[in-house]
Amino acid sequence: MILDGKCPTGPIEQSWDKHRFDLKLVNPANKRKYNIIVVGTGLAGGAAAASLGELGYNVQAFCYQDSPRRAHSIAAQGGINAAKNYPSDGDSIMRLMYDTIKGGDFRAREADVWRLSQVSNNIIDQCVAQGVPFGRDYAGYLDNRSFGGAQVSRTFYSRGETGQQLLLGAYSAISRQIKLGTVKMYNRREMLDLVVVDGVARGITCRNLISGEIESYAADAVCLCTGGYVNVFYLSTNAKGCSVTASWKAAKKGAFFANPCYTQIHPTCIPQAGEYQSKLTLMSESLRNDGRIWVPKKKEDVGKRPDQIPEEDRDYYLERKYPSFGNLAPRDISSRSAKEQCDEGRGVGPGGRGVYLDYADSIKRLSEKIICERYGNLFEMYERITDDNAYKTPMRIYPAPHYSMGGLWVDYNLMSNIPGLFVLGEANFSVHGANRLGASALMQGLSDGYFVIPYTIGGYLTTVKPGAVKTDHAEFKKSAEDVSTTTKKLLSINGKRTVTEFHRELGKIMWNNVGMARSKESLTEAIKQIPKIRDEFWNNVKVTGSGAELNQQLENAGRVADFLEFGELLARDALHREESCGGHFRVEHQLPDGEAKRNDADFSYVGAWEFKGVGKEPELHKEPLKFETIHLAVRSYK
Amino acid sequence: MSDHKTMTLTLIVWRQKNANDPGKFETYSAKNITEHHSFLEMLDVVNEDLINDGKEPIVFDHDCREGICGMCSQVINGAPHGGQDRTTVCQLHMRKFKDGDTIYIEPWRARAFPIIKDLIVDRTALDKIIQAGGYTSCHTGGAPDANSILIPKPIAEEATDAAECIGCGACVAGCPNGAAMLFTSAKVSQLALLPQGKIEAAARVKNMTSTMIECGFGNCTNHYECQAACPKGVNVKFIARMNREFIKAQFA
Repeated sequence: MILDGKCPTGPIEQSWDKHRFDLKLVNPANKRKYNIIVVGTGLAGGAAAASLGELGYNVQAFCYQDSPRRAHSIAAQGGINAAKNYPSDGDSIMRLMYDTIKGGDFRAREADVWRLSQVSNNIIDQCVAQGVPFGRDYAGYLDNRSFGGAQVSRTFYSRGETGQQLLLGAYSAISRQIKLGTVKMYNRREMLDLVVVDGVARGITCRNLISGEIESYAADAVCLCTGGYVNVFYLSTNAKGCSVTASWKAAKKGAFFANPCYTQIHPTCIPQAGEYQSKLTLMSESLRNDGRIWVPKKKEDVGKRPDQIPEEDRDYYLERKYPSFGNLAPRDISSRSAKEQCDEGRGVGPGGRGVYLDYADSIKRLSEKIICERYGNLFEMYERITDDNAYKTPMRIYPAPHYSMGGLWVDYNLMSNIPGLFVLGEANFSVHGANRLGASALMQGLSDGYFVIPYTIGGYLTTVKPGAVKTDHAEFKKSAEDVSTTTKKLLSINGKRTVTEFHRELGKIMWNNVGMARSKESLTEAIKQIPKIRDEFWNNVKVTGSGAELNQQLENAGRVADFLEFGELLARDALHREESCGGHFRVEHQLPDGEAKRNDADFSYVGAWEFKGVGKEPELHKEPLKFETIHLAVRSYK
Repeated sequence: MSDHKTMTLTLIVWRQKNANDPGKFETYSAKNITEHHSFLEMLDVVNEDLINDGKEPIVFDHDCREGICGMCSQVINGAPHGGQDRTTVCQLHMRKFKDGDTIYIEPWRARAFPIIKDLIVDRTALDKIIQAGGYTSCHTGGAPDANSILIPKPIAEEATDAAECIGCGACVAGCPNGAAMLFTSAKVSQLALLPQGKIEAAARVKNMTSTMIECGFGNCTNHYECQAACPKGVNVKFIARMNREFIKAQFA
């Protein structure tokens, strides 16, 4: 099937305004008759629930945490982009669009990226009005900082905790609507199924994580704002509860999954210290501005203390391989190079999984005080975790899975191929192409939630009769029974291995074969291995306790079971995409300097996969990508 | 690296099946723990052992494991989050303990935080306080240009200090009165400091403090235990500011 994104035609500068005018409106008096479900309360979900509630719709919002304020958007450090051009350094909506398309290696839709760039300015206005405390200069104006992939200063920030402040802004907005009664909040609920009646999304099935009850909720539209899936690698920078479950359940009900192989591996994370490790912590990429990355030239030196290795025995491999960009090489190149050094046996620290990020030269050049002013909080965080003082000894860093650009396929209205199912934020595939630039994730979440869905969902709702399907419908009963059956099955296996052991095993296969450097051999191996682990999981997993109570092992078992199916799809997508682009790197397809070699003739499309059954080959549908405003070019940062 | 050295610790952990169960302490042994384990990873190890023995693992709230989501919540040896300065449980590492130590682990204890199971408590009372007024009543869209509201840098910085609160509830757990004054004052102060929040300041402080009392939180008697427990270093001066705002509101 050739998919149609239903993007507006005509000049790109007028596309969103024209589309908004063309969308049908729901009469204000009728809005309260419509029920909308919002799953997830991060930047996308929190903003959507608050805005839709304010418009007058009946909103039911769900999150698995104990409060909507905890979603993992909160962990974003760096900032949020907008095309305000306050520093007057040449920024514009068109330039933000250009940088985003180019940064995504020409694998995103132009119309969606234009819209994102256009509303980016409204986001900053909105957040300031909410009382989000952005960084300011001494005249009281908003301050900007620079970020990767752009030559202008367009990143708004709040210390090193921009995600926290923006999320708390959205949380305050949703709290206001909860008080007003337009949003009903369901905490500690996990969506375990999408209910589809006659091909239309009509509600969800949840597990109440405290009582264990399986609950049904009906609505006229369902918005998934459930984040990304890089916990498929087990170790990642995501929160422990982040999973693919909501998206995957929707995929199993017919929603197409687009570009799952586009995953981002972030270069500056604190390395794994041991097998027991449960997550990886990211440190802002800004660290690379003043640090020099190196490993020992000789393998026999890796066990030595760094100060025992003389200058001539150090390999500053990024400066050597990429002399013009050096330590500021793009995220994907930096990450891949670190892995290569470690794979060659020159990695440092526990398990040889790390490279040095050395501040000695910068401290000599600028003073310890200036380095402290710039990076003090990061050095403090590093010391808390590793017990090392990075002013005295080099930091150790290693790449970690961080973000998923792929996600459920949506059209320009953010609606999936299932009518009534909308997907927002990281959970959809729409704007980042094959690679996301820094400070663009927060922008997308809030754009989708505050400024896109409030318009586009109305256009859909005018076509449906409110309240047409209730939870007494047979499909709701069947869905609840299916969820109960799976829960009982997980509890009854009583095997020999814990859920975490399976997740770790899957993670290793994904990291080694479907991680930063992928090949036909490695991907074929992953596709062979994953079903074996899945089979063993369903015969040998041990989940204690019962389903009728708070049971974290059971929650986790369900999420890992879904990763065991989804991981295979990710590998298949990576195998089919015979090119390198952005975060997807196939060793067979690279330029002589190690840069990604795209194949625009054959792969300039969105690959959207239709689920055909567990263990069965999924069907590929394509949405061709056209570049009419930003012309296709080789991505180069040299 | 001293990975080869491992510790064995005795854990005395609060176990409670559900809200109605009286609950009791149980003793466990944590083996093969290195100094690099985080506190929660140490509990992960204990839980894997419990599951392999066919026993119910200890449940505890956690999510981001990088000190920002506010989900983790344990009283360790009597101190919320374990007592390390500006550190959540998930960022506490086992190098702060010695081989052979005995560690007491309890949930947040406060009247307004009923226990759900083991170390997990119900903190929805904190959400209720925010719902009572922890926002500006701005509408989506229609906000003026962001730079039309100028805010002096020192004011913006102080508002950000208050906004650092992660809503974990350690201040309540640390307070002998089970008060949520530091939590409430952080939001009241953030918004009272900023011009965007001043318009509703009087109604906000009244509504938020009355909700605080309705939810069963105690009052402040200047113990400063909240500030000591706060993993984000939120300062008690914000309580003083909230009290001033409260008095001002009586005349508004």
